[in-house]
Amino acid sequence: MSDIQEPAPIDLPEGLWSQPSVDTSALDGLDEVEAVQLINTPAKFVYDYTPGIARTRFLRAIAEKRLVGQRCPETGMVYVPPSGVSPISGLPTLEEVELGLDGTVVSYCIVNLDFTGNAQEIPYVSALILVDGSDIPIYGLVREIPTDEVRTGLRLKSVWVEPDEMTTSFENIKWWAPNGEPDVPASDLVGYV
Amino acid sequence: MRDVAIISTAQSKHVRAASEVNEVELIQPVIQEAIERSGIGRHDFDFTCSGSSDYLAGQPFSFVMTLDAVAAWPPIAESHVEMDGAWALYEAWVKIQTGQADTALVYSYGKSSPGDLTRVLSRMMDSYYEAPLWPTSIDFAALQARAAIAAGVTSETEMAEIANRSRTSAGSNPLAQLTSSPSVEALLADEYLAEPLRKHDCPPITDGGVAVVLAADDKAREYCSRPAWIRGIDHRMDGHHITMRDLSVAPSIAIAAEKAGVGAGGFDVAELHACFTHQEPIIKAALGLGSDVDVNPSGGALSANPMMAAGLIRLAEVANRIHSGSVTRGVAHATGGHALQHNLVAVLEGEG
Repeated sequence: MSDIQEPAPIDLPEGLWSQPSVDTSALDGLDEVEAVQLINTPAKFVYDYTPGIARTRFLRAIAEKRLVGQRCPETGMVYVPPSGVSPISGLPTLEEVELGLDGTVVSYCIVNLDFTGNAQEIPYVSALILVDGSDIPIYGLVREIPTDEVRTGLRLKSVWVEPDEMTTSFENIKWWAPNGEPDVPASDLVGYV
Repeated sequence: MRDVAIISTAQSKHVRAASEVNEVELIQPVIQEAIERSGIGRHDFDFTCSGSSDYLAGQPFSFVMTLDAVAAWPPIAESHVEMDGAWALYEAWVKIQTGQADTALVYSYGKSSPGDLTRVLSRMMDSYYEAPLWPTSIDFAALQARAAIAAGVTSETEMAEIANRSRTSAGSNPLAQLTSSPSVEALLADEYLAEPLRKHDCPPITDGGVAVVLAADDKAREYCSRPAWIRGIDHRMDGHHITMRDLSVAPSIAIAAEKAGVGAGGFDVAELHACFTHQEPIIKAALGLGSDVDVNPSGGALSANPMMAAGLIRLAEVANRIHSGSVTRGVAHATGGHALQHNLVAVLEGEG
């Protein structure tokens, strides 16, 4: 091994690096070896999800066909679903607020492209819906209306699964549909979009 | 260099499983307590930095959700490290050194109970040679303990004494998880978990968090009667591959200690992030600590080991003792990776 040349020392600040002297002669023999291009190393974990106190109250309520939010003690804004903490004040949202089961479209998109994992028939409408009594919109599907008639300000009712299918899940709301009320003026939705 | 101090701290009560609360509910009271103790307004921090890992609770972007607890609207200057909070503190310290901030809020948390922690930690390893074998964190620790015993750095008896001393000390720490210990003889009579490690040599699995407030120069003096000044802080890492280093020593700790000024000595207390008993002698040797220094009076990570927080807690525990006036000078150590791979050392000191 005497013909192996020591790598030239690299001048680096003391303490920041070490550059061990390594015998790399074995690498020369790899020229004829077919390179490994890809290996699969599957990994899977199972977790017990902890909704937390605030989301537990929300999920218990939704099993009873109720929507509840929580109010920020500093700004008065009502969050749904609540995380337990107000993102504006950083304070716990301890006051629970009973919300309506209707809401208003504040923003929406019409999905025309199918994609892997999509469970909906296209085209369909995804919307951000401001539930009556809350200050932050939730996500939902809008149906029972032609897609090109969905608009900001459209009033909606929540459409629920059958009573015997109710669980502690957001899936209890199948979709949202027009409730027949006049549109909310866009000027009333400033700050929610 | 600017003088930067820890001016307040807070911790959660550390528990095996905080199964009632989500991550933001876990850390919000801790952040609020640290902020209120500091006296600085909730909306008045120049910089906020956190440490956490999505792998622990299996929550994508969990750190974004916990930002709810820091009043991040209107937008704040904020950063996050996928590391122990000690490194979030380091980033905040650098930010203050650059003059871009005078005050900083630093917090970190770990909710390990939802997953299989010792397996989750295997994901830190090299994805070709080590991670596919699913080695647990205890496997690696046992390899290191074996090397340390073979090198004469420690012994199974000394390891049991460290477990006993740490958990007995934790009896006076109301936030600790394990607060008592059987006798050394009883511990040594136990079966091996992964030879040479017994159960008592390993840390508990913990849900918990910590928050600290940093302030510079006159700001620190304005808000704190006895700031815990960071006299030196440095972090270094050894190689990633577990087989490419001598596990019985921690050269990265020795370098970080030298850079942080540990050599000047004079420490009343040392809080060392030794998750496993055998790591304490390795860390002490690298720091050059004598037997006159009070090591881990809080009980250390052997008594409460919230991942991503247990390192920052070491700095907080030294700072608490300086704030109260019970000590004047201490050294804190934090670690990341397996078997003491990445290490941070800080020297904290009170005045007068």
